[in-house]
Amino acid sequence: MNGIHDMGGMTCYGSVKPEENEPVFHAEWEKRMFAMTMLGMGQLDTLDGFRHAIERMDPAHYLSSTYYEHWLAALESIVLEKGLLTPEELTSGITTGTRQEAPGPLPPEAVSTVVHGGAPTNRETGRLTPRFKAGDKVRARNLNPTGHTRLPRYVRGKNGVIAHVHGTFVYPDANAHGKGEQPQPLYSVCFDAQELWGPDVSAIDRRYIDLWEDYLDPA
Amino acid sequence: MSDEHLHGNSTHDAPPNPYLEKHTTPQQTEALEKRVRTLESLLIKKGLVSAETLDKLVETYENDIGPLNGAKVVARAWANPAYKERLLKDATPAIAELGFSGLQGEHMVVVENTPRVHNMVVCTLCSCYPWPVLGLPPAWFKEAAYRSRSVVDPRGVLRDFGLTLDESVAVKVWDSSAEIRYMVLPERPAGTEGMSEDELVALVSRNSMIGVTKVESPAS
Repeated sequence: MNGIHDMGGMTCYGSVKPEENEPVFHAEWEKRMFAMTMLGMGQLDTLDGFRHAIERMDPAHYLSSTYYEHWLAALESIVLEKGLLTPEELTSGITTGTRQEAPGPLPPEAVSTVVHGGAPTNRETGRLTPRFKAGDKVRARNLNPTGHTRLPRYVRGKNGVIAHVHGTFVYPDANAHGKGEQPQPLYSVCFDAQELWGPDVSAIDRRYIDLWEDYLDPA
Repeated sequence: MSDEHLHGNSTHDAPPNPYLEKHTTPQQTEALEKRVRTLESLLIKKGLVSAETLDKLVETYENDIGPLNGAKVVARAWANPAYKERLLKDATPAIAELGFSGLQGEHMVVVENTPRVHNMVVCTLCSCYPWPVLGLPPAWFKEAAYRSRSVVDPRGVLRDFGLTLDESVAVKVWDSSAEIRYMVLPERPAGTEGMSEDELVALVSRNSMIGVTKVESPAS
């Protein structure tokens, strides 16, 4: 989706303003939002689906809200879309009964396992033989899907070189939309800064971005 | 509007824009807090989460997982050439040697800064960040200014952090567009030759591992 989240290359947002001695969370509600997304969202949707729910926010709201409000908006969308809650329940806070198919909440003792175990997205299934190898010249396809993608606008149609073959990974364009993981090769692709941004930028600078095989053509 | 805006904007200060004003009035914050409370109580009633488990997760990221982990990785790499080689070749198991692994660090890559090459990390599409080694990201990493400009004007962004690189230094920007997470191995500063690994850990800042600053020499 060509949305406001795809920000690479915009120069309209001013300078970066780091905060001195920044806390991990800025408010109590941010903590709750972080934790309930991490522990609840996974029972309803994929991480790719969650990212896409953020991308579907109203663009003006996206820019004017902070990070954890993005998470709130996305999680509210998901609980409605997946049928966990009705709009009336979400407004009133009143609900009847527990979710039938729910495995039940994770106990506190399990947090360490979840956090330190992680959720790897490399796979031994799917498309296992990479089409490209390190050093191959490629062009990022000029694709403009209306759904979720991790192919940002700033590299579409541009020429680069395969820097590294990462292996076979879950394909977000499918996984975000309930179409299964459809794993396929993932590459680190190196672009000359001038190929992306023209002659006014440094000729020796490079950009590296991770792109799935279906985003690439031989060049 | 200042003269600077009228005569070309070299400092990248954004023009006044209501969309960039975050909602921080007391009424707006109160409304947010109410929505979050409501959602939490509903998720608990539905059996998806429990309040105790939410507390435990928050504590973990507030107290246990942060940039000190990454600093230990960096100090080990500075002190131990064999470890550094393993780290640069296959970062995930090398980082796990120090006990750090898990969510948002399942597939790690570490890139090395040298006198000739400066690496920095961004996520233009969202805010992907290597949690096991750096903790949760700072606000600036998640905001539009950094995410947008790092790929087109990284040298300007580095100047925002007080770092001016010579034109002969190549800048490599890593956009974390997939589930690979990147950390920068900063240059070991001069004047640290006799230091212990623990002393080195104390020098390493979070920002140097994102690649927006260098590690300062202890003399400076």
